[in-house]
Amino acid sequence: MSQIIQQPGAKAAEGRTASVVQPPSARLPEAAAVGPKRYKPGIHPQLVIGVVLVTLIVAAAVVSMFWTPYDPLRAGVGEPLAGPSTTHWFGIDRFGRDVFSRIMAGAQLTLYVGVIAVSIAAVIGVPIGIIAGMRRGVPGALLMRGSDVLLAFPGLLLAIIFGAAFGAGTTTAMIALGIGAIPAFARVARSGTLQVMRSDYVLAARAANRSSWAIAWRHVLPNIAGLIVVQCSVNFGLAVLSEAALSFLGLGTTPPAPSWGRMLQESQQFLGSHDHLALAPGIAIAIAVLGFNLLGDGLRDVLDPRLKGVR
Amino acid sequence: MAWLAGQLVATLAIASLLVFWVLRVLPGDAATVALGMNATPEALATWRAEHGTDRPLIVQYGEWMAGLFRGDFGRSFLTGNDLTPLVLDRVQVTLILVGLSLALALAIAIPLGTLAAIKHRSLWGVVITGGSQLGVAIPNFLVGVLLVSFVSVRLDWLPAGGWVPPAVSLTEFLRHVTLPVIALGTVQAAIITRYVRSAVLEVMREDFLRTARAGGLTYGQALMRHGLRNAGVPIITVIGVQISAMLIGAVVVERVFVVHGLGSLLVDSAQNRDLQAVQSIVLLLVALVVVINFIVDLLYTLLDPRLRLAGSVV
Repeated sequence: MSQIIQQPGAKAAEGRTASVVQPPSARLPEAAAVGPKRYKPGIHPQLVIGVVLVTLIVAAAVVSMFWTPYDPLRAGVGEPLAGPSTTHWFGIDRFGRDVFSRIMAGAQLTLYVGVIAVSIAAVIGVPIGIIAGMRRGVPGALLMRGSDVLLAFPGLLLAIIFGAAFGAGTTTAMIALGIGAIPAFARVARSGTLQVMRSDYVLAARAANRSSWAIAWRHVLPNIAGLIVVQCSVNFGLAVLSEAALSFLGLGTTPPAPSWGRMLQESQQFLGSHDHLALAPGIAIAIAVLGFNLLGDGLRDVLDPRLKGVR
Repeated sequence: MAWLAGQLVATLAIASLLVFWVLRVLPGDAATVALGMNATPEALATWRAEHGTDRPLIVQYGEWMAGLFRGDFGRSFLTGNDLTPLVLDRVQVTLILVGLSLALALAIAIPLGTLAAIKHRSLWGVVITGGSQLGVAIPNFLVGVLLVSFVSVRLDWLPAGGWVPPAVSLTEFLRHVTLPVIALGTVQAAIITRYVRSAVLEVMREDFLRTARAGGLTYGQALMRHGLRNAGVPIITVIGVQISAMLIGAVVVERVFVVHGLGSLLVDSAQNRDLQAVQSIVLLLVALVVVINFIVDLLYTLLDPRLRLAGSVV
């Protein structure tokens, strides 16, 4: 209890809690200085790690568009199942393909799925949420109830249904994951809109006889943009995870396209003898998901200092 | 209560329409899906008559619903077998898996999350928070694959897959169920830990806790007597959400450990494009999710009398 990690610019909320936690004698001067502290911009560790990890994935994806050490689809560039070496950093898979090149190309596919899925969810979900927040009463309630029904279908389940109905594939998976994330965006947009609608500037805009469209566009959207950005990052992580799970199940990206989930699934029969085949895609998935999660958490703290330390 | 139950029924009804629409209306002809694009018109016609898909959609939907109310899941489009015994057999496996995993997740998450909140400025808090952050990012199938690699293949301690019902042999059941439960439970534990931590942190800022301390209780006593009950509402919410997530997570974990549960039946059916089987299994899963959320809503009112009052006004 006495080893307190001192953080310069301690969070206001945590400072207050600390004064409750610590017996008075153990209280440090800094922690005792309760009172509203303004948020100080500075290095936010979660945000920094998130940005670094996401940059790593984006860089791998961008570079793989122009260059990979070997052709990710070409078989026979090395001895099948060979472990990591100086010429093949992550080893070779059972068809003799270079795993490092496939991981790089897989980053491209992962980001593609994430961007499309999150875009679908945001483009449909945000307007639903804003309308529901501005027009309370029957239309708003109907819109929210409608999107709530989707909540009963977790993204992965929806993707499995779509896979059965339309055949498995990357496109099917992206669309299903996007539709599955609509309620999350609608809810966030609605709660943000409700808050904005109570503000004085909206009252002023209404008094000035501004149309609903103008209020939505000029006041609501810019003010909830931060919330939406955070939601995008969090859902991006979720989309990456779901795509990997789907491909792992054989219901996502079809071979020979390099998908991390698929690579992990193919590695299963070589477990214990050729673990590099499982570790490379596994770590890649974890880095991508962790990166977008941390980025989302960090952005949340920076964009909305009131929530600092809650999560 | 009646309002909540009404919502439950309405959600299920809309969900069933949605499932039917996506699986039976959108893909076009079920016979073409089953037999492929190159099937002859005669073969397609025979298939349609055999499986009753030549009748109006509303009749097919009505029959499916009527069957479900009788506990009949219909016949597989692929094998023609009755799905009911298969589904009932598989759902038990999945529920046992999810139940044990939830128990493990809570046994890890509640103490660790509380500890992380109480000691949120000490090394322990930082380690637990960081660990849970990492755990959230690791997919359960990756944990599963790594467990198989090290515990089963290298160390040869536990079987890499399969399922033995507890009625057949309890020790064999435990040996087979341990790894899947760890794979499914630890990842969920990481997620729940984060919520427990923030719920307890929130409660720690409340005035009533300070008052209790001022009244002479130690910190732990105050938290036990007043804090945990109040932290309970958000924690119950996340448990409800996570049970749903685990039902879906089980689909993947069952695949890793070759457990023949509802999830692997769903994936097999989806891969074989057996629309009737997918349709019934999905609705069963959705019903489980919706019913769990219904129970969570009821638990709120038990835990927090303020909500009970608000409910009766609305």
